[in-house]
Amino acid sequence: MTSSSTTAEPERSGTILSRFNNSRNALGIIFMLPAAIFLIGFLTYPLGLGVWLGFTDTRIGRAGDFIGLENYAYLMDDQVFWLSVFNTVVYTVIASILKFVLGLWLALILNEKLPYKSFFRAIVLLPWVVPTVLSALAFWWIYDAQFSILSWSLMKLGLIDTPINFLGDPLNARLSVIAANVWRGIPFVAISLLAGLQTIPVSLQEAASLDGATPWKRFRYVTLPMLTPIIAVVMTFSVLFTFTDFQLIYVLTKGGPVNATHLMATLSFQRGIPGGQLGEGAAIAVSMIPFLLAAILFSFFGLQRRKWQQGGQD
Amino acid sequence: MAPVEFVKVRKSFGATPIIKGVDIDIADGEFVILVGPSGCGKSTLLRMLAGLENITAGEIRIGGRVVNKMPPKERDIAMVFQNYALYPHMTVAENMGFSLLMNGIPKSGIEAKVRPAAEILGLTNLLDRYPRQLSGGQRQRVAMGRAIVRNPQVFLFDEPLSNLDAKLRVQMRVEIKELHQRLKTTTVYVTHDQIEAMTMADKIVVMHDGIVEQVGAPLDLYDRPNNLFVAGFIGSPAMNMIDGTISPSDPKVFLTGDGTALPLAKPVDAANGKALVYGLRPEHVRFDPNGIPATVVVTEPTGAETLVIARLGGSDLTLVFHERILVNPGDTLRIAINEAAVHVFDRATGQRL
Repeated sequence: MTSSSTTAEPERSGTILSRFNNSRNALGIIFMLPAAIFLIGFLTYPLGLGVWLGFTDTRIGRAGDFIGLENYAYLMDDQVFWLSVFNTVVYTVIASILKFVLGLWLALILNEKLPYKSFFRAIVLLPWVVPTVLSALAFWWIYDAQFSILSWSLMKLGLIDTPINFLGDPLNARLSVIAANVWRGIPFVAISLLAGLQTIPVSLQEAASLDGATPWKRFRYVTLPMLTPIIAVVMTFSVLFTFTDFQLIYVLTKGGPVNATHLMATLSFQRGIPGGQLGEGAAIAVSMIPFLLAAILFSFFGLQRRKWQQGGQD
Repeated sequence: MAPVEFVKVRKSFGATPIIKGVDIDIADGEFVILVGPSGCGKSTLLRMLAGLENITAGEIRIGGRVVNKMPPKERDIAMVFQNYALYPHMTVAENMGFSLLMNGIPKSGIEAKVRPAAEILGLTNLLDRYPRQLSGGQRQRVAMGRAIVRNPQVFLFDEPLSNLDAKLRVQMRVEIKELHQRLKTTTVYVTHDQIEAMTMADKIVVMHDGIVEQVGAPLDLYDRPNNLFVAGFIGSPAMNMIDGTISPSDPKVFLTGDGTALPLAKPVDAANGKALVYGLRPEHVRFDPNGIPATVVVTEPTGAETLVIARLGGSDLTLVFHERILVNPGDTLRIAINEAAVHVFDRATGQRL
C-alpha cells in the first residue's frame, strides 16, 4: 500500500472533526492565528484607522465626518507642511549618506585584525542600544545654548568667543539634529555591513592580491560588488528609520526654530495630538507613505538580487 | 618560468613553530608536489611562497630573487585555491581576465589572452557564465584558466582537487599534468593525497610535522623510503610493517615477535635484540607451496587485483595478488617474500638501515 492511499483513506470515511484534525490547511491556520491576530490588532488596524482618519475632520473629543480629500487639499497649500517635507527629505538624504559612508568605513576598520577587536565591536553598538530618548537628552545638553560642552571646549581652546547657538539657528539646528541622528544610526549600518564583510571569503581577497590588485582595487572590484546586496538591505532600513524619525527631533527641538527642523512625523504629531486636529495629523502621516514606498521600490528594483547571486543553470 | 628555492625556511605562529627549517630546490619547469598529512605545514609553506604568510626566518627565492618582503602581486605567481576563490560577481571571462585588468592591460589585450586560454581548457562556451552556474570541474578549470592567462613564473596549487568527486579527480589529474607538459611552467602543488603526488609529480617533497622527510622522484620514494614515515605514507595499500629483531644465529633472518622467520636479501648489521621493523610492500609476495604459512582474514577482490588480509607472524598483512585467487577466511596461504624488495628500519629512530 502506498503512502498516498493510506492518507486518503480516513479523509473519505471520517467525520467532520477528524477531517479537520487531519487537514494540513486547518492546522496551518491555527498555527498562524496568534501572529495574524497580533498583526491585525497592532499593525493593520492602526494603519487602517490612520488612513481613515485622514479622510475625516475628526478632532480630539469629537467624532469626525468623512470629508474626502479636504485635508489633503488643505495641506497642498500649507507652507509649513511643505517645509516639513523639505526638511524630512534633506534630513533623510544627508543623514543616510553620512551613515553609509561612516558606517562602511567603521565596518572596514573593524574587519581588520585589531587588538581588542570584540571590545571595539561592542563599544560601537553602544549608541544603538541606548534608548533614543536618553541619547537625545544627552545631545540636548551637548547642544545647550549656555552649558554646551562643545561650546565650552572651543571657547577654552580660544577658537570661539561666544557659545554656539546650536538649536536656535535654523541651519545650526538642522545640522545638529542630523549629527545626532548620524551618531545614533552608524552602529546599525556598521555592524550590519561588518556582518556582510565577514561573509566574503578571505581567499577572494588573497586571490585578488595575487592577481595584482592594490588594496583600493580589492575594495573597488571585490569587496564593494560583493557587499552591494547587504548595502541595499541595510540602507533601505536606514532610510526608512531616518525618514520616520520622531523621538530625536521631539526631544531636541520639537520642530523649532520656526519649524526649521519639523519633520513630517513630528508635524503630524504636533497637529494631531497637541493641536487636536486628528484628521489633519493623520493626513500628514499618510502623506509619508508614498515616499516610503518609493524608497522600498527603489531598493527592490534598483538593488535586487543580481544575476550572479542566482544559482542553478541559466 | 623560474627556479624556486627554499633556504632554511622557518615559520612560527606566536610561539608555535609550524615550519622547522625547510630546504627545497625546485628547478625551472619542474612539477613539484608537497605532500604530507594535515597540519604538516605544506599549505603554510605554499602560502609563504605566494606571499600570503610572513616568513619567520630563512629565505625564499624565485628566479634567484629573494622574495621574503615582496608583496604577492610583485612575485609574478598564480595560485589555484582549494575552494577556487572565483569572484562570484564576475563572469568566467572576467574572472580569467581580472589579473590582466589589474595590471592595466586594455580590453582588447585581455580578450586576446583569455580566448586561447579558454580554448586550452574547453571553456569557450562558458565565458559568459557566472561561477554559480558552473559544475565543480568547470570551476576548477576556470581557476586554472585564471592562472594561465597571466603566464606567470610559477604556478601554485593548494589542494585543488579535494573538492571534486573521485572520478573527476582522476580526470583533472590528467588535465593538470597535460597542462604542465604543454606550458612547462614551474609548478608547486600541495596535496595530502599521495596518489596525486605519485601520479603527477616530477619530484615529491614529503613533509611531516614542519620538516621535510624526504625529497625525490615518485618511484625513488616508493622504492627507497628513507624512514618509516615516508614508507608508511607513500604507497597504497600502505607498506606492511612488522616488528621484530635480527636472528642472533643468522643475520639474514628477521624474527617477528612470535618467532616467525622472515627472509632478508642481505645480512643486516644490527645489535642483538635491537628493535627493528620489517617493511614489506603488499605486492612483493607470491604464492609458493613451500612458503611461509599465513592465515587468511579477509579477501577484497577488486577485479584487477585481489587484496588479501592475512595473519602472519602475529600481525595482519595486506597482500596484493594480480591473479584472481579463491581463498576463504581461515584458509592457509603459503607465500614467498621477494626479499630483495624488503626494507628494514630502526624502530627507535625510524631510519632505514
